[in-house]
Amino acid sequence: MRSTYLDHAATTPMHPEAVAAMLPYLTEQFANPSGSHRRAREARTAVDDARDVVAGLLGCAPGEVIFTGGGTEADNTAVLGAAEATGGTVLCPAAEHHAVLAAVEHVGGHTVRCDAAGAVDLEALEAALRADPNVGVVSVMAVNNEVGTVTDLAAVAAVVRRHAPRAVLHTDAVQAPCWLDLRQVTPLVDMLSLSAHKFGGPKGVGVLVARAGVPFRPLIIGGGQERERRSGTHNVGGIVAASVALALTDAARAGELMRLAALRDRLVDGIRAELDGVHETVPRAGKVAGSAHLCIEGVENEALLFLLDEAGVSASAASACAAGAMEPSHVLAAMGVPRHLGLGALRLTLGRTTTEEDVSAGIASVVAAVRRLRRGAAS
Amino acid sequence: MALSGGVDSSVAAAELLDAGHEVVGITMRLWGGDSDTGCCSVADVDDARRVAQQLGIDHLVFNFTEDFDRQVVQPYVDAHRVGITPNPCIECNRHLKFDRLAERADLLGFDAVATGHHARIVTVDGVHFVARGADPAKDQSYVVHMLPQRELARTLFPIGHLTKAEVRVKATALGLRTAAKPDSQDVCFITHVGGRPAFLGSRIPFRSADVVDATDGTVLGRTDAVELVTLGQRRGVGLVGGGPKRYVVGIDHDAAVVRVGDEAMLDRTEQVVGSLVWAHCPVEGPVRVQCSAHGTAHPSTLEIRGDEVVVHWASPQRVVSPGQSMVFYDATDERVLGGGIAR
Repeated sequence: MRSTYLDHAATTPMHPEAVAAMLPYLTEQFANPSGSHRRAREARTAVDDARDVVAGLLGCAPGEVIFTGGGTEADNTAVLGAAEATGGTVLCPAAEHHAVLAAVEHVGGHTVRCDAAGAVDLEALEAALRADPNVGVVSVMAVNNEVGTVTDLAAVAAVVRRHAPRAVLHTDAVQAPCWLDLRQVTPLVDMLSLSAHKFGGPKGVGVLVARAGVPFRPLIIGGGQERERRSGTHNVGGIVAASVALALTDAARAGELMRLAALRDRLVDGIRAELDGVHETVPRAGKVAGSAHLCIEGVENEALLFLLDEAGVSASAASACAAGAMEPSHVLAAMGVPRHLGLGALRLTLGRTTTEEDVSAGIASVVAAVRRLRRGAAS
Repeated sequence: MALSGGVDSSVAAAELLDAGHEVVGITMRLWGGDSDTGCCSVADVDDARRVAQQLGIDHLVFNFTEDFDRQVVQPYVDAHRVGITPNPCIECNRHLKFDRLAERADLLGFDAVATGHHARIVTVDGVHFVARGADPAKDQSYVVHMLPQRELARTLFPIGHLTKAEVRVKATALGLRTAAKPDSQDVCFITHVGGRPAFLGSRIPFRSADVVDATDGTVLGRTDAVELVTLGQRRGVGLVGGGPKRYVVGIDHDAAVVRVGDEAMLDRTEQVVGSLVWAHCPVEGPVRVQCSAHGTAHPSTLEIRGDEVVVHWASPQRVVSPGQSMVFYDATDERVLGGGIAR
């Protein structure tokens, strides 16, 4: 059976070069970079070099780059750490990823309304900032992981700086590196989170940018690594691979944007040409190139995903709960998508390895599965 | 194959594979709230997935929490509000396992739905009947009694011919991680810690009630929640100890009065049953009737009266609380002929 992978927003395959770059640190160059001998220094050099590369690609100073154990840890550190250090109110839009949302709820923060595309409603944000003079942290995602909407972070930053000049502005940019030039994003915020496996690096490696002087308490304490901002022995191979993957992603971005936008358009148009009752959840103009999000009338996404899986197509709907069951999407709820449409939500996300053949197989499989489910439901 | 993460469904899946079926394991996520009964928990889903992996079958989790809430939890709460004590596990089987899941299975192209219930399906002259499982102590035909012909035709109970001990032996032989797992019991959405009072108390207002002597009407005490009182109950109705044993023999829900009296006052010679379902066609005459999941089926005679049935007990039986399922077995106490809900 043909395998068609259309779930790149969940994770995207590693760049082969990134795999090759990390292998030596899993084998002969195994030393702990915090040690005080020759081999430790070699490992330390690898981490420092990787930090320089990442800082260059993000447009920040190397000292502002903190390597973490993943995107969720970076988000948690930013929200919880800055909330504790500032003691102020924490705000985020209602459609944030749970890595931010759960942390905001944990510290008793509040959510801000979103618009129909899932981006933060700037008027609501402004009102929330005006209403509370003690806002300490605002966390606003750069790209929505479910529907692919890009936030106008420059506008968000302007509102936050005007009404809460002392607040820490964090962005969860986990879904951004394949689509946005991060050199344009990082300068807008005080803190920024990345996850390596979303851009062709390994799982279990994240990046947190923390601008010099930004108040936050570390989440993980211990041996004092990362200038005491994130303790724990460095994942040397993972960090090296992350830097290689980010560099490759950055170099390929302009071309990939064109290529994948065309493929995404063909995928969505191909499905909509064959089926009635298929809605694009947000307009293509406001979202990243590799993301297709559809609400399909007359199907339940658990059943649709099963049939797609049977046809060899890896896709997704919303987020799964701890037990693995599909949960109703809080993002679609925040956008005001009617319930009956949300039940048929389907996310197809493209990436580096996506081909014309994948798109053709995706169109054929979705069309066949939806027809079958609608026929079954009608009988 | 509905995989709960327990030993019965684990072995049932293995039995299906042995019989040459193509099997996909499905775990239904039903209850989204607090639970400590070991049902619907993430740990159970983990067990179900690990068993599926071990058996080499695909495993999926379907989220039916909204259906469960609408068709099981809400009716359970509403029934208590009006003084009826339903059996939520039967309603879950009726609406979720053999309706929602079967409908989904149909849509996805499966020929049959299997569960790990201790029950069998027998076919006589082309008519399917639920029959008792091989293990009398574990028989679950009572809780799946409501299956209509359409469902019975495509339902499989792969361990119905086995005793619980045999199921555990097979699980051990296969090295299944669930081999020694204790049986799940109790209602999954009611915690051991809080019990019914905590669950219902957060959903409906409780009304206090006078507890009176059933013979002379003397007020003996007061109970906080008439909604929590059930017929036959002996403790917890606010009476001081000592003296003769007193049972709840009557509940006037509307007037909020609980009547207590001798155990003998609970005996009935007949019981009216409504909301009837029949395996094949309505039945009158001698049968055996079972009133709880693991109770004895007592000899009786059925008389159809309109859309209800009157059960005439051969010897007086304790009154059945309104809302409880009553299941009719044939005179040999083997096959389910039908059932309904006590009025």
